[in-house]
Parts: sequence; structure tokens; C-alpha cells
Amino acid sequence: MLNGPPINWVLWVIGAWLSIGLLGIIALRKFGVVAKIFFPLGGLVGLVLAGFSARALTSGTVESRVLPIGLPQLEFHLRIDQLSAFFLFILGVAALGISLFSAGYFRNGAGTAPGLLCLEFHFFLASMALVLIADDAYAFMVAWESMALSSYFLVTANHRIPKIRAAGFLYLLIAHVGAIAVLLSFGILQANTGDYTFANMRLQQISPFWASVAFLLALFGFGAKGGILPLHVWLPEAHPAAPSPVSALMSGVMIKMAIYGLLRVSFDLLHIQIWWWGVLLLALGIATALFGVIFATVQTDMKRLLAYSSIENMGLLFAAMGLALLFRSYGMNTLSALALTACLYHVGAHAFFKSLLFLTTGSVLHATGERNLGKLGGLIRFMPWVAWLALIGILASSGLPPFSGFISEWLLLQSFLFTPGLPQSFLNMLIPVAAASIALTAALAGYAMVKFFGVVFLGQPREEKLRDAHDAGRLEKMGMLCLALATLILGLAPNLFLHFIDPVTKLLVGRGLASGATANGWWLITPTSLERASYSPLYFLMGVALASALVFAVVRIFYHGRMRRAPAWTGGHVWQNARMQDTAEGYGQPIRQIFESFFDMERHLPRPEESAPEYKVVVNDKFWKGIYLPIANATEFISAQVGRLQQGRISIYLLYSFLTLLLTLLLVPGVGR
Amino acid sequence: MTLSQIYSQIFVTLCSLVIAPLLLGWINQCRAWLANRSGPGIFQPYRLLHKLFNKDSVIADSASPLFRFVPYLIFGCMFLASAIIPTLSTDLPLARAADAIALVGLFALARVFLALAAMDIGTAFGTLGARREMLVGFLAEPALLTVFFSSSLIANSTALKTIVHVVSKGEFTIYPSLVFAGMAFVLVFLAENARVPVDNPSTHLELTMIHEALILEYSGRHLALLEWAASLKLFAYSTIGIALFIPWGITDGRNSGQILLALTFLLLKLAILGGILALVETLSAKMRIFRVPEFLATAFLLGVIGMLTHILLGT
Repeated sequence: MLNGPPINWVLWVIGAWLSIGLLGIIALRKFGVVAKIFFPLGGLVGLVLAGFSARALTSGTVESRVLPIGLPQLEFHLRIDQLSAFFLFILGVAALGISLFSAGYFRNGAGTAPGLLCLEFHFFLASMALVLIADDAYAFMVAWESMALSSYFLVTANHRIPKIRAAGFLYLLIAHVGAIAVLLSFGILQANTGDYTFANMRLQQISPFWASVAFLLALFGFGAKGGILPLHVWLPEAHPAAPSPVSALMSGVMIKMAIYGLLRVSFDLLHIQIWWWGVLLLALGIATALFGVIFATVQTDMKRLLAYSSIENMGLLFAAMGLALLFRSYGMNTLSALALTACLYHVGAHAFFKSLLFLTTGSVLHATGERNLGKLGGLIRFMPWVAWLALIGILASSGLPPFSGFISEWLLLQSFLFTPGLPQSFLNMLIPVAAASIALTAALAGYAMVKFFGVVFLGQPREEKLRDAHDAGRLEKMGMLCLALATLILGLAPNLFLHFIDPVTKLLVGRGLASGATANGWWLITPTSLERASYSPLYFLMGVALASALVFAVVRIFYHGRMRRAPAWTGGHVWQNARMQDTAEGYGQPIRQIFESFFDMERHLPRPEESAPEYKVVVNDKFWKGIYLPIANATEFISAQVGRLQQGRISIYLLYSFLTLLLTLLLVPGVGR
Repeated sequence: MTLSQIYSQIFVTLCSLVIAPLLLGWINQCRAWLANRSGPGIFQPYRLLHKLFNKDSVIADSASPLFRFVPYLIFGCMFLASAIIPTLSTDLPLARAADAIALVGLFALARVFLALAAMDIGTAFGTLGARREMLVGFLAEPALLTVFFSSSLIANSTALKTIVHVVSKGEFTIYPSLVFAGMAFVLVFLAENARVPVDNPSTHLELTMIHEALILEYSGRHLALLEWAASLKLFAYSTIGIALFIPWGITDGRNSGQILLALTFLLLKLAILGGILALVETLSAKMRIFRVPEFLATAFLLGVIGMLTHILLGT
């Protein structure tokens, strides 16, 4: 059985997740069994998935199967290729860490019963795996919708709180609008053949116009899932509402399904790529990234901050994909492979570090019961494990060397610097502006992440109760450690991961980077040549660590290591308390001032004579008032008008039927004559 | 990696460690002269370091381990930076570990840790400094990157070694894009090294201070390391400027004669640049903190214009 084809293994994994979920129903209220046995078991299944997809990826297996389930004449076509295997690998590793964490995280309390949570959680995992191996539109949409539904139920786990229900509804709404667009896109791709298998779509030579329509529909549909501007509004609502492991899974893995889908449609199913698709994607991606990061810096809720940071990272991913599309449309396949490598590397990097960060917020939430940054602080003293693991996450997220976020940023900037070779000069002009925006985004991400870590974990506790905060439990620690380890490996041994990306870029654009990138030694990445650019995270780390250790030793030898503890000096001020630290609002204030036009701000400043001064500032998303509220109002107006038809009296309805019949008879030729 | 390469790497790095405080001393001496004072002499930073190393470190009760290891880490970062930048020779084995983009990342890493350490104690000054430092950083970092990009587009490489080669060894050409990049670099240089008009290194006035607020809680050897690291950063930025814009004199060999010649050139250039910096600082006034983003946005835009100029003109 161990030597069976990989597709069977993926099916086994899906089966295992589904059965664990169903077992959860049997043990509906047996919290101990569900938490201590089922969730870790699900995590192990994830590990198996990661192992086998890694093998499928490196051996280059492409396999198809037809499962006779579903409607008659509509079997499930399944197929695993390098692209699916890559995303399956990410799913597997992330599922391992998050499941282990969940085993220690979920508590028996209000909201959904533990057994039901177990069912939804594992259905969610299974449907994501199914999305990745679906090979016809029918199976894909079934998996896509089960993914949306199961995650909807997970988001609303605490369904007794109205705000959470509202957030869940918004998520479900946007997910469905997106799903319709995806379905329509598949409808165009099958080009009137009536055959909805992906194999058939690959063969169709549709005209550039219809190809563009299909691409735009796919962009809308997958963009809704990936939180691209202006369809991002559900992310900052749904993430704080969901339990932390669910946020981790959604932000780390589920929104990457949008990247998978768009890659599948634009590079695999469509036979042509048109240059302006790439430009559009690049522009949208950069706008999304800048928007996300600017909003992340002004948030006061730690999970909202991370949600906006996810929007930023999705923007970067879309921008990298846009660049790859642009190069591909001009036949510059090596450069396209470079941009695509940056994109896929970031998929992995973001999946691990963002899941890790969401898990740490989960531990903080459990230990303190607070999500509000204004009521946290100083937790590094009470929860050292969580704090130091979070530090790894924020360094990777800020795109700092030698961590994983830096490598994708580096590869992306490298591919930007290659561009002066595009045949259209105005495109060449766009590229430096785009590269500069990416650099700005990365620097702002550092600002947001310092805010996140500094306000939550450093300083003095802003509330007395924080002093009783306890560190994460054993299983929670294990889950976070897995993800932190994955983040570190991705940061320090990039060539290892490049070997996983290589088959994917070979499949999509026909070129791979790994052989050239590793040519000068496994510790050094050189995307093209040594003269052009090289980076070695391992040397980098060793350089900093050795120098630090050396200076530590030298200072001890030539001078001394004496140290005294005393109250903080603070320039001589004696009266100093925790309230005098910067608040989260204060930390975001410079950004609010600089990028004022981005925000929709409600500010209330106290007047000098007020006896109980109150300072209040609320930062809102302009897109709400600009786009969503008008749409909502229009919908309500239309439904109110339609509501007039509903009189609730049977005679009126009979009149409607009569009129409809009359109209039909008039319109249908050959009847009533 | 041969033995002679390692020797030259060690020599170059030690040179940076030694010259960096000297450069700071020279600038302060020049400022004193320009202000019609006699000045403490260029060896004053050494005396300060020696004094601080001898003192006990006093650490706040509420400090976490992060606070204690950050000075070593920042010193390590600046140490690596000075080992990567082609100050004297382009033949550095460590230079492969990081190109221009990674170098910017290295400075960013040091900045993030410094800001985190400042927030660790939880004092009003520390958090204020951290916020201001990150404010300067988020604009200065992309501006510095655009400066590097302008040079990279000319050299078709982000490796500092190749950039220096192309600019210094080719025919003498005036690159219009480098003019813009140079202006951007000067602005970034002033902001990143906490010089007037962005920050004043010789004040502890809460309305204005950035860098001093960050390190307010440090004392003894930790403070000494941070001060040394700050002077190393100043030295690193100066040598980056030299490598990008006036690289003549940097050798590509590694025998002692070539390196000593390069050292002479370097000291000469640093002496002139230090004098100019002192003059700029003496002639300008510190600006309000909210003018700083405009100042740096100008640098950022100049960098972008530099890149656009390169693409427009094709050189």
C-alpha cells in the first residue's frame, strides 16, 4: 500500500479526515476524546499528506482518477500534478501544526459542541484537499462550496454573539458571489463543448476576447476568496470572529486556494496569456498590499491587525503572479519562472508564519481574554514560549533576513530588476514604480509587526489581570513549534524549498530555477549568476551570531560582566506607570497622519474645559461607505419594491398566475391561434 | 575560499571596527571647529567607549532577556554589514552572503530589534523613541532600496562587488540616474544616522530625540556596544556612499600593497566627507518631527525618479 500511486494516498487522507470528523459526531459532547485524540490524529494525517505530496512533487508524478460518485453521468475527475502537490504539501504541514494546537486550544464552553467543531474542522481540511485534486468544474465547485460552508460554520463557532453571526454572514455572502464568478469562468472555458473536465478545457482554443472574459471572471471569483481590493472586507471581520486555529487555517491555507485557482486557470487551463492581464493583476496586487499594510498599522485589535496583514500578503502574491503573467505573455519564460518562484515561495512562507502568528494570538486570548491591544502588554514575562515563537513569526512577516519572508521579497525584487527588456516602453516605466511600492510595503509591514509584538508582548502589562497570564499548554506549544520550525527552515535553507517549487514552475512556464540557483553550493541562492545576485541566509545568520558571540566573549575577557538591577531610569522621572506607554492608537498615529486620505476617520477630541475628557478615534474602511453600503441599500430598495407584489392574499396570487398564463400564451407562437 | 581571502576579510573588518569611532570623532571635532570651539580631539569616542565598558551595567527590573541580548545582536548586524560592504577591496568572501537588498534587510533587522528593545521596559520615552525610529525607518528603508536599484539597473546586478566594478572600472561616464540617486542617498544618510536636520545626536530633549530615546535605558557595556554599533552604522553608510558614487580607489585585489593604497584613499575620502557632513549639520537646523516624513518622502521619490531616468535614457 505504501507504494500505491499518490492520488490514492490523497484520497485516503481525505477519507481519514472525513471519518475523524464523523467520529466527532459520535463523541459529540465527550470533550476529552475529541480534543486529545481526534485533533492530534487529524494532525498526523496532515503529516502523512505532506510526506506523500512532497514525494509526488519531487518524483514528478501526474495521475488522474475518475471516482463514480456524485450525480449520474457526472463523475468526479481527480488529478494530482505538481501544482496540486505543492499546495497539498503546504496544506499538510499547516494542518499538522494547527491541529496539534487545536487539540490544546478548544475548550468545552458556549457555542458549537466540541464534536461538531471536530466535524467542521476536518471537513474543512478534507474539502481543501479535494479542491486541490479536482479535475473537473463539477468536483471543483462541490469542493469549493464545502470549503466555504465548513469554514463558515467554523467562523460562527461562537454563534451566540450577534457580531460573530454578522461577520460569518458577510463572509458567506462574498464567498458565494465569488463562487458564481468562478462557475461562470468555467462555463466560458469549456467553450460550448458541454464537457466540464479540465482536460477538455486545456484543449480549447478560445478567442482572446473570451479568454479575457474568463480570466476576469476567475480574477473576481478567486479574488473574493483571496481578499483582493475591493473584495477584502470579509477578512478583517471574519478573522477576529473565528476561533484562532480557524483563523490560522483560513489565513494560512484557505486564502491560498485563491492563488491556486487563479494559477490553475491562467497558466494551465487557458492556452494564451495576454499582457494586460499581468498589468491588471500587478496593479491590483500592489494596491491591495499597500492598502492592507497601511490599515494593519492603525488597528487596535490584534487579530484584525493580522487580518489586514494577510490582505497585504495576498496583495504581494497577486502582484508576483501578475509579474509572472506579464513575462509569460511576452514569452520571457525564465523571468516568468523567477517571479512565479517568488510567488510560490511566499505562499509557503506566509502559510507558516501567519498561521503561527494567529495561533499565538489564540494563546494570548486564552490566557488573558483580551484581543484589544490597549489592554495587553508585557506578556513576554508571563508567557515566554508564546512570545519568543511570536517573535519568529513577526520577523518572518516583516521580511527581514535571515527569515522566510525576506527570501520571497528578495526573489520578487530580483525579478523586478530584470524587467528592462519588456518590449513596451511604458511597461518598463511602470516596473520601477511597482518595485518601489513593494519596498515601501515591506518596510511598513515591519512597522505593523513591531507594533503587534511590542504592544502585546513587551512593555509593562496595561491591566493588572495580565500578571496572572499563563503560558500555552503542551499541545499548543507543539503545534506552534511545528510552524515555527517550518518558518525557520524556509528562511535558512531556501534551496531545499526551491526544489519543491521547481517542478511547479516547470509545469506552468516550462522553466525551473533550482538547478541554477543551487549551482554555487547548497547554502547560496543565485537566481541567475553569481555576479548578478546571491544571498546565503546561513552565512548571514552565522555572521551575525558569530560576531555577537565574539563581542560577548571579548567584553567579558577584557572588561567584566557585572550587572545590577534597578528601577527603570526613564530620564529621571520618578512617577512612571503602565498607562504612560504608547497605546496601540498612539503607535499608529504617525501613519494615520501621513496617510490620512486613505482612512475614513471619526475623531472626537476633548475640549480643554471638559471635566471627564474623552478621546476617541475610529478608523473605518472607505470601501464600506463607497461601495458596500450603496450596494446593500440598493438591494434593500429593490427587495422592498418586489415586496409590494407580495400581498399575502390568495386571490391576488391567482391573478398573477392568470396574467402569467395569458402572457405566455401570447408570446409562445402557435398557441392560442 | 582561500586563506589569503580570509586574511583580507579579517583585516578589512577590523579596519572598519577601528576607523568607525574615529570617523565619529573627526566629525565631532570638525563641528567643534566650525562652532569656534577647540573640541575634544578625534579620539574622544574611544575614551567614551573605554569608560562605558568599565562601568557596571544597570538594567531595569522589568527588562526581559530580549533587552539584554539586543546590544550584542545589533553590534553583530553592523559588524556583518561592515564585512559585506566593499570598503577597501571587492574581493571579500563574505560578500556573497548578502547583496544590496540583503544589506538593507540587515539594517532593517537591527532597527526592528532596537525598537523592540526600547519598548521592552515599557517607559514613555522608550515607546516614543521606538515609534519615531520606525517612522523614520519605514520611509528611509525603501528610499535606500531605490538608491540601490538605480545602481543595480546600471550594473545589471544587485551584488555590491559588481556595482563597484561597473562604475569604477568602466569608461568614465556620468549617469544621470545616479545624480538623483545620490541626492536621495544624502537625505537617507542624514535620517538613518540620526544627524541634523532629522535628529540631533547631542541632545536629550524629548521633543526632538529619536536615537537617544531608544537607548535611554541602556548603560555600561550595553550602551558602549550600542554607541559603537551606531558609529559602525555611520561608517557603513559612508562607505556605501563611497562604493556607489565615488568608488575609485577600491581595489579588487587582496595583497597588502593594494589594500594599503585603498586604505589611504578611503581615509582621504572619509576625511573630506566627514568635513562636509559637519558643515551641513552646522548650517542646518533640526526640523519638526512631522516634517521628517516629507523629507524622507522626497528621498524616496528622488530614488524612484532615478530609476525612471535610467529607464527613460537607457543608461
